[in-house]
Amino acid sequence: MNLTAISAIYRYEMARFFRTLLQSFLSPVISTSLYFVVFGAAIGSRIDQVEGVSYGAFIVPGLVMLSVITQAISNASFGIYFPKFIGTTYELLSAPVSFLEIVTGYVGAAATKSLFIGVVILATSTLFVDMSVAHPLAMVAFLLLTCLSFALMGFIIGIWAKNFEQLQLVPLLIVTPLIFLGGSFYSVSMLPPIWQTIALFNPVLYLISGFRWAFFGLADVPVGVSLMAIALFTGLCMAVIWWIFRTGWRLRV
Amino acid sequence: MSAILSIKDLKKSYASGQIALNGVSLDIERGEILALLGPNGAGKTTLISTVCGIVNPTSGSVTVDGHDIKADYRAARSLIGLVPQEVALEPFEKVRNTVRLSRGLFGRPRNDALIERILRRLSLWDKRDSRINELSGGMKRRVLIAKALSHEPRVLFLDEPTAGVDVELRKDMWDIVRELKAEGVTIILTTHYIEEAEAIADRVGVIARGEILLVEDKASLMTRMGKKQIDLQLADPLDSVPEALAGYDLAIRDGHTLVYTYDARGPRTGLTRLLNDLAAAELRLKDVQTRQSSLEEIFVDLVREDAQ
Repeated sequence: MNLTAISAIYRYEMARFFRTLLQSFLSPVISTSLYFVVFGAAIGSRIDQVEGVSYGAFIVPGLVMLSVITQAISNASFGIYFPKFIGTTYELLSAPVSFLEIVTGYVGAAATKSLFIGVVILATSTLFVDMSVAHPLAMVAFLLLTCLSFALMGFIIGIWAKNFEQLQLVPLLIVTPLIFLGGSFYSVSMLPPIWQTIALFNPVLYLISGFRWAFFGLADVPVGVSLMAIALFTGLCMAVIWWIFRTGWRLRV
Repeated sequence: MSAILSIKDLKKSYASGQIALNGVSLDIERGEILALLGPNGAGKTTLISTVCGIVNPTSGSVTVDGHDIKADYRAARSLIGLVPQEVALEPFEKVRNTVRLSRGLFGRPRNDALIERILRRLSLWDKRDSRINELSGGMKRRVLIAKALSHEPRVLFLDEPTAGVDVELRKDMWDIVRELKAEGVTIILTTHYIEEAEAIADRVGVIARGEILLVEDKASLMTRMGKKQIDLQLADPLDSVPEALAGYDLAIRDGHTLVYTYDARGPRTGLTRLLNDLAAAELRLKDVQTRQSSLEEIFVDLVREDAQ
């Protein structure tokens, strides 16, 4: 294991994050505050409670997931797409590093960045609503797994993308709708029965449900299923990346 | 000397059907400087990229100091430094950081003293905290070299290191290459500039359309090329070489020009005697021109012959 290489990639990627720390810190704080103004105050005042939890608090897990997922994807996809775009992947490919080491470095950094943003959002939320976490360990586990799995997905998107448009395509057209339709701002039980069934095909639902369970002890789907779903998703992403490096798809000619 | 790099029957066809390498076999001796010459699209970069692990070979094998580049890629790659043809650097990164990253990628522990030595040697030390996008083109090339040297490679590939570089920097680079050789680093460089190969290479290889046409010791190549020709353009046309000049290596071109081939490095060129004999044979000269068959000519001839 080339640990030096992993740490070199990780530190190099994190250095880029620290160069824009203020930006990285301010944007989630501002967007979270806006969500609380819009959903918490304007809409929340009419909804009051969802399954015994105040609406303001109810949306916190969804909000965290929304940001963590989009940030993990964009950080990881950009992290590998940019070297591809400017041609510096030659160094990565000619270095004595395995795919696992490259992925650990890049995905680790992207996951760390999104974790940081998730924590910032959680902290910001406490300024707006009273919250308690029913299962802190499960909360941390879900958060970490989400950061990791979507950073892996972002890494795949970054390798797949041939231009900046494609880089935006999957997050915009697929991931964002899935997050919004995955119960970020509502409980699936509030949907008409047919949509409840359709919603079960949305993988993000399982994440948000499990994450919300960690906070309030209530879930749309059993927590074990949530955990299985995210483990399955992580495994799938790893398998795809393993195949990419094995074949050199879009990396080596 | 033993081969540090051994390439056997290496083939590469791209998905487009283009055959970039068509059975290249080449042994590179420890500590030598090999210059690979070839026209655009000859396969020079593909060859280097394949050895370095950037391009997947279709078939064939490569070993670096006995380590197979596939089966034992870690050991093989850790011996190799690559300076690519294209300047590919992260524009917003600082010089020193990007060189540190390279060392780290190759699994070497941080060594600021070494990085400082490399940057000083490449006249980059003053720019260590500059961002890449603030550097001139020549400076960026130096950064690429610094990155390649950062992990102390034993084999260094320079893919057209002096393309688009001014004369001064080119001479600088040659000095650096000579210093590295003195330290025992094996160097393979591709170039368009024949004078570059003449100036620094021990051996010269010519590649065209994915095949190695020739690999020869530069000195023996130079002896072959030591031949010079003098074109003696005559005032009056001539059908055949006159009897009086039969003892010379002469040929007639276009009916008007006598071409005399001689060894410029030999103790006697025979030129004075020839000119005297020409005067004696009452052949009047209109013009005189000398030509030296350069590495370039040999190279062009080789590539042309191969194409036919």
